Amino acid sequence: MTLIDLANPSRFLALTARVLPWLAGATVILLALGLYQSALAPDDYQQGATVKIMFIHVPNAWLSMFVWGVMSVASLGTLVWRHPLADVAAKAAAPIGAAFTFLALLTGSLWGRPMWGTYWEWDARLTSVLILFLMYLGLMALWRAVEDPSRAARAAAVLTLVGAINLPIIKFSVDWWNTLHQPASVMRMGGSTLDKSFLIPLLVMAVAFTLLFVTLHLAAMRNEILRRRVRSLQMMQASRMAFSSEVGAGSREENASKEFGAA
Amino acid sequence: MTALSALIRRDVRIALRVGGGALIGVLFFLTVVVLMPFAVGPDLALLSRLGPAILWLGALLASLLTLDRLFMADHEDGSLDLITMSRTPLELACAAKALAHWLAAGLPLIVATPVLGLLLNLDMVATGAVALTLLAGTPALTFTGMIGAALAVTLHRGGLLMAVLVLPLSIPVLIFGVAASQAVIVGPMSFGAPFSILCALSLVSLVIGPFAAAASLRHGLD
Repeated sequence: MTLIDLANPSRFLALTARVLPWLAGATVILLALGLYQSALAPDDYQQGATVKIMFIHVPNAWLSMFVWGVMSVASLGTLVWRHPLADVAAKAAAPIGAAFTFLALLTGSLWGRPMWGTYWEWDARLTSVLILFLMYLGLMALWRAVEDPSRAARAAAVLTLVGAINLPIIKFSVDWWNTLHQPASVMRMGGSTLDKSFLIPLLVMAVAFTLLFVTLHLAAMRNEILRRRVRSLQMMQASRMAFSSEVGAGSREENASKEFGAA
Repeated sequence: MTALSALIRRDVRIALRVGGGALIGVLFFLTVVVLMPFAVGPDLALLSRLGPAILWLGALLASLLTLDRLFMADHEDGSLDLITMSRTPLELACAAKALAHWLAAGLPLIVATPVLGLLLNLDMVATGAVALTLLAGTPALTFTGMIGAALAVTLHRGGLLMAVLVLPLSIPVLIFGVAASQAVIVGPMSFGAPFSILCALSLVSLVIGPFAAAASLRHGLD
């Protein structure tokens, strides 16, 4: 089974129908395990119980970037190999990535309130994630701006790849801007390495969230394929109705002229 | 080469004549800068502190405003199809068009900077620094904005969508442009480091912009 075999949407649908329940089950089990472990993890000596936000926050932040990577690969598939499912994958991933990015921002903000005393800080990391979120929204706006999916796909693919090149540059410049405006006062992560009692639940949660993304992505891709089928069926029906009404009108005129002639 | 120079000359001439609208960008730039004192108050000390940031924001918005003309008019009268089909590589043609656009719409902004610096109470050195950073940075704005303009023309959607797509990409240019100007005026930082990064950003966008724009035109216009 190579990637090119999946070019047939029916085969893709059949395969994912078999795989999805297993994926969903594995996601639920790992999520439950991860949540249980993170609930059992000891409180931080400085941050208290709020450190447990980390187990949700960090996987979300990691996936916010991972999803853009997935979309970039899919965009290459659209532009270079013209793989029929690549643009479906790119389109389905964008809202999921935006949701993960939003959750990373939200949990970070909720974590920041007790820790830093503020919901929002123009910290370098926060700012670059916010820009990533804006770019996700822009990409979704681009998908929504055009009716024809294949036309939108190529435009979105170009924008995704440009974003993939630009995101590291933006990250770097925001870091520069931040050190220029304020010294690193907020958080010193680098100093302490994570203890094993935190690291293991975090890794489990990261794997669980990645599986969650894969599950949601495959399900969204199935929906997108079905949505496109419905759309093309509707177009066919509309054109058939337009055609039949045209023909009907034509024959009615003919009849009318015949009657007129007879009269 | 002659084809490219002809393309540049044609675009500059169209932009500068009646209906071209390149100089509207300068007028917009002027208006935005004049609006600022109404928003923050006529305090000259504050204005001179915010000056580089105001000038950079104005230039960013002004260059964004004129960008959707880059391919739109040529698409409407069909000459974009001729350019796409011609023997000159589309990437080079895109670069030439962006260069012409910068000459017609970007350079006037820099020429107008000293006058606007006067309004914002910037001294000679500060104005010179802002003008120099604009000279180094606005090509990056034009060449990354060109990607948005190409996407907009293939999708038949201009205006706001293009602004939403292009503005996040211009954040690095804004950061280093303002940082370099501030380094001259107040900062303990050296001018050289942010300014060289600004030049590097322009050069990178000079490479990426034409390729991305050409790709989106090639895939989108058929």
